[in-house]
Amino acid sequence: MTGIDKAFGGVPALRGASLRVLPGEVHAIVGQNGAGKSTLIKILTGVHRRDAGTVLWQGGSIEPKSPREAQAAGIATIYQELTLVPQRSVTENIVLGYEPRTRLGLIDWRAAEARTRAVLARFGIDIDIRRPLGRYPTAIQQLVAIGRAASMEAKLLIMDEPTSSLDEREVEVLFGVIRALRAEGTAILYVSHFLDELFEVCDGVTIMRDGRTVGESRIAATTRLDLIAAMLGRDADEIRAAGRTELSVGRAATGAVFLDAANLSAGGRLRDVSLQVRAGEIVGLAGLLGSGRTEAARAIFGLDRLSGGTIAVDGTPRRIDTPRAAIAAGMAFLTEDRKVEGIVPDLSVRENLTLALLPRLTRMGVVDEGRERRIVEGFIRSLGIKAADMDQPIRELSGGNQQKVLLGRWLATEPRLLILDEPTRGVDVGAKLEIQAIIARHVEKGCAVLLISSEFEELIEGAHGIVVLQEGRSVRRLSNPGVTEPMLIAAIAAAPGAGGA
Amino acid sequence: MTAAGLSAPGAPRRRRADRRLLGLAAALAALLVLNVAVTPNFLNLQTLAVNASQVATIAIVALGMTLVIASGGIDLSVGAVMAVAGALAPLIFLSPWGVANPGPGLAASVAVPLLVAAACGVFNGALVAFLGVQPIIATLILFISGRGIAQVLTNGNLQTFTNPDFTWLGTGRVLGLPVQGWIALALTLVIALVVRRTIYGRQLLAMGGNARAAALAGVPVARVTIATYTLAATLAGLAGLIVVAQNSASDAARIGQLMELDAIAAAVVGGAALTGGRAPVLGTLLGAVFIQLVGYTLIANGVPDEATLIVTAGIIVAAVRLQDGRRRG
Repeated sequence: MTGIDKAFGGVPALRGASLRVLPGEVHAIVGQNGAGKSTLIKILTGVHRRDAGTVLWQGGSIEPKSPREAQAAGIATIYQELTLVPQRSVTENIVLGYEPRTRLGLIDWRAAEARTRAVLARFGIDIDIRRPLGRYPTAIQQLVAIGRAASMEAKLLIMDEPTSSLDEREVEVLFGVIRALRAEGTAILYVSHFLDELFEVCDGVTIMRDGRTVGESRIAATTRLDLIAAMLGRDADEIRAAGRTELSVGRAATGAVFLDAANLSAGGRLRDVSLQVRAGEIVGLAGLLGSGRTEAARAIFGLDRLSGGTIAVDGTPRRIDTPRAAIAAGMAFLTEDRKVEGIVPDLSVRENLTLALLPRLTRMGVVDEGRERRIVEGFIRSLGIKAADMDQPIRELSGGNQQKVLLGRWLATEPRLLILDEPTRGVDVGAKLEIQAIIARHVEKGCAVLLISSEFEELIEGAHGIVVLQEGRSVRRLSNPGVTEPMLIAAIAAAPGAGGA
Repeated sequence: MTAAGLSAPGAPRRRRADRRLLGLAAALAALLVLNVAVTPNFLNLQTLAVNASQVATIAIVALGMTLVIASGGIDLSVGAVMAVAGALAPLIFLSPWGVANPGPGLAASVAVPLLVAAACGVFNGALVAFLGVQPIIATLILFISGRGIAQVLTNGNLQTFTNPDFTWLGTGRVLGLPVQGWIALALTLVIALVVRRTIYGRQLLAMGGNARAAALAGVPVARVTIATYTLAATLAGLAGLIVVAQNSASDAARIGQLMELDAIAAAVVGGAALTGGRAPVLGTLLGAVFIQLVGYTLIANGVPDEATLIVTAGIIVAAVRLQDGRRRG
């Protein structure tokens, strides 16, 4: 693939991107969110049509118009969310859409089962193929999906985050299958946020940034640090140099420890995170995507059940297992996904803003609307929310204004700890500065803030301390003043310690 | 959306829900004018009373249905719950104890069925809230078994009775209009206030509009869900009592039959969205009245019953279509 352009509604997603995969090679694509990885793959698999550029496939130019067309050409995809039918048997899933027929036009089950057994035997999988697929663990389901693709004689198999729901042992099984496929001459395009995996199974790697291909190399000829530098668009030597300067700066004068989370683990992705936040302090959480930043925040706010670790608030150990308990303990959590976890679209600005505060505005079950209106009016003014009036449905507001309403929802509860997950993502520059200023004002008044951000600038300029996460573990704490961008990147990119997975 | 800034707190902008309500009211007014013109004896207290007594039970059940729909669910069990409550009441006042103590007997024959109905609602709500059963499946359980329970209670017999105190609930008049009409009207006002003014109402709409966001903001989702199904079932129980009082007879096999569908229809015509997050309580009342009046208009003008059903179906399709257009617009 060379010179691929693609724009969505005038916004360019790909600008001259290229990708070259050799037969029988495992090739990785890496890049930050929004770098254009998925768009490039979707053009290859016929989900999107390219605006410009050429796709050469086995010597000829192709332009698949649908996933089925791509599949017919030998390009198969295994998506992040499995796209199989869990209620149907393993056999049915393998042959779905390509069922062998008898002369009467009925499905030839004997042939179907024989094909299924043959496919799975290639990967050394021995399971009852008549049982519903959904009875098997995710790893097996994933392998069945791969088997299905392989059974279609795919020449190129695309795997999008194949390990995101697998445990370590299952990842090993998957890698075994990948190696077996490679040995048979199948090329594999491997997309993953987990860089260490690339060094384990991949041969080549393509790095994308801002819709462009910014590098291609053999995996053996590169390092983790080089990859991250290229993904972020920084100079690797500069990062290395900064990594050596072990600056330790005295902490800024702040209040008592408000939140003390120790050795938190939950689910598969949060393994061992410890952090402290003091009153009047902003603590940043930094790390690559998948490093467990959001998971840490969710665990602290009682959204995910802890499998280990302790949380103390104001020095007292607390059991926080629901958002209600977290709110009662003085916490607030502005989530990353405004649409899915933030706004209630049909309710008004007023009703959205007071949602968390509501129990305190209520007497004998009845909401004190006069007080409510006064409070909302105050926030609309102090946060500079632009709405026709407070009874306008929130869905009609711009993203930045919706975000301000949600920020107001939490500030209204007068929280002592504000957890912010990408608070300025997807809002325009003006609103972004305003939101940052609002946060800073509350910190001055003694509010503690836990800030998750992918923007290094926001962390470096805003946070008193930065906790660096890698693969679900907190590995370092950097203290401001003195943190520089290369330093932070070096900490994020550093090879996991000896205790790592 | 004109200028930025705030209008005076006392004069909130007219909301879309209000406009929807106005549209329905206008359609209803047009229907009334049409009736005055073509239907014989339409402007007559008797006509009004007949329609009011027929629509009241549907409206009462539909109010509860509107709340459940606003929570993002649906309640198929309302008709069966009506049958349970309706079967219980005569059993109590016809029992030896009920006959010996007419006063307490009457009170118990209203209170006990309502409590049993409420318990049915708690059951529905708990299935949805704690076990995560889909509402349509959770309420299907009582939809099937509830009527069976009612028939077991009455040994499958038709219970007829003469109890003027109890039948007042279904046949009495206040200011010339049937008691159940007044009850439906009063409940509409009370529930409209509950939705608009109480924390329960606000949390219900938030939960139905975006359950994840609501839970994150500390809304007690399980409690609100259970309260909603309980309210709906209690209202259904009341409707069951009214039906039995109206007929001076209780037939467990017939009470509230197909009521779930009538109630859903009234709620949808009134502006409820099955995706949740909207509880147009006044709209539901108007929706029930509108469907009733369309049926009456056709029958009073000699259109056969079967055709009336088809027209009703058409109205529901039109209402849903209007909703869709508004959602996208």
